[in-house]
Amino acid sequence: MAYPPAARSSPPRQPSVKVILASADVQRVVDRIAHQILEKTQGAANTVLLGIPTRGTPLARRLADRISTFEDVVVPVGVLDITLYRDDLRRHATRAVGPTELPSGGIDGKRVILVDDVLFSGRTVRAALDALNDVGRPASVQLAVLVDRGHRELPIRADYVGKNIPTSLAESVKVTLAETDGVDEVKLYGGANS
Amino acid sequence: MIKHLLSGGDLDADTATEILDTAAEMATVAGREIKKLPALRGRTVVNLFYEDSTRTRISFEAAAKRLSADVINFSAKGSSVTKGESLKDTALTLQAMGADAVVVRHPASGAPHRLANWVDGSVVNAGDGTHEHPTQALLDAYTMRARLGRLAGLSVAVVGDVLHSRVARSNVLLLSTLGAKVTLVGPPTLIPVDIAGALAPGTDVSYDLDSVLPNVDVVMMLRVQRERMNDSYFPSAREYARRYGLDGPRMRRLPEHAIVMHPGPMNRGMEITPEVADSPRSTIVEQVTNGVSVRMAVLYLLLGGNNR
Repeated sequence: MAYPPAARSSPPRQPSVKVILASADVQRVVDRIAHQILEKTQGAANTVLLGIPTRGTPLARRLADRISTFEDVVVPVGVLDITLYRDDLRRHATRAVGPTELPSGGIDGKRVILVDDVLFSGRTVRAALDALNDVGRPASVQLAVLVDRGHRELPIRADYVGKNIPTSLAESVKVTLAETDGVDEVKLYGGANS
Repeated sequence: MIKHLLSGGDLDADTATEILDTAAEMATVAGREIKKLPALRGRTVVNLFYEDSTRTRISFEAAAKRLSADVINFSAKGSSVTKGESLKDTALTLQAMGADAVVVRHPASGAPHRLANWVDGSVVNAGDGTHEHPTQALLDAYTMRARLGRLAGLSVAVVGDVLHSRVARSNVLLLSTLGAKVTLVGPPTLIPVDIAGALAPGTDVSYDLDSVLPNVDVVMMLRVQRERMNDSYFPSAREYARRYGLDGPRMRRLPEHAIVMHPGPMNRGMEITPEVADSPRSTIVEQVTNGVSVRMAVLYLLLGGNNR
């Protein structure tokens, strides 16, 4: 935790935890993004949802599920593993490679919507764009995220944002989902004066 | 993750399984239009080959290139080795050129182990003398798992010149780690005394191929090296082929699901007949394909992260 040196003299504060989205909120947000996708893509024809592991994968499945509930269209869902395209591979111990599963129809000529949980520096999305480039040639690429916490380091923006959370760099945002963690929640940890 | 891959015994079950799982992901790249991943961009892999090899060298080269590494091929022929340069001096030269990994094949058993002490980068043993060939064992394990769905509990017969076979040694070590049971089969002159106990307890030895065949899931034929045929290990090539060669009638004695493997290059008519080599049970071509994926996985896991 990067406290400024002056703060070290006083006893360290308990790191604060704030629930930004509770379970029901997460579901509402997913519903809204599904509606927005339908609206912006005029019915989600010729569209593919690709989740970025770990939590983008269940989010993409949920969005497809909601879209089919609202409008009775089936949007193919896939998984795009970006491990081998990361720009920080060499700064960490070797990362395990996960599966990339493209829908049977492929992605060539489709509108691909990348789905991730948190948009932060933008580096994950950059890696995903590179990975996408190697597996096919989509007609266009859009980005849907559950949370945008700011602090971009690359010129990347999301087309669909569940919730904008203004944060400081000392804070961290943690998304948990029922499929991967047992409960739907978005929490904000730490921070100087919260 | 380990730094070098020198022996099939270097890997514990978790690491070996991680390599096989990673290889399964790497295999999907081979089916794509763009068979390239950026994971090892800017890394240099040197193929240091003191012995002739076609498939292993090309396989490593393809693997490194698919991961975007720079590949330098070094073969002893036409190099300073013919002028008398020692392995150590060659290693230091490669080191000075900034090799991140050295893939080495050498006629002397243990050469890669020595090399590992001299260079900073990772060393991958691509076959040393009559000792080990761990990536071959990994691709064999990968092929078995892909065909039969599992490794634990499999019964594997390794047939032929076990004495001189680095493939056999690495396979015994790796397969027993992964829970398969290996039976070494061959003429008594070509199976070292107590090799089973020395390598991996639980390994069996048999001198009678016909009695082993009905009970195995995998039969792996080893190449009989031509130079051995004149060394009095067995009376004649023909007698060897009769007793230890895999032909059509013998193949039909295998269980329905059993597969036939061979690390290549084959001596058709000696240890394996064309009927067997070209049958649907044979995985010989798959083994070559899988070799690239497995070597990609090994290079990625050794070089991909900051494991120094």
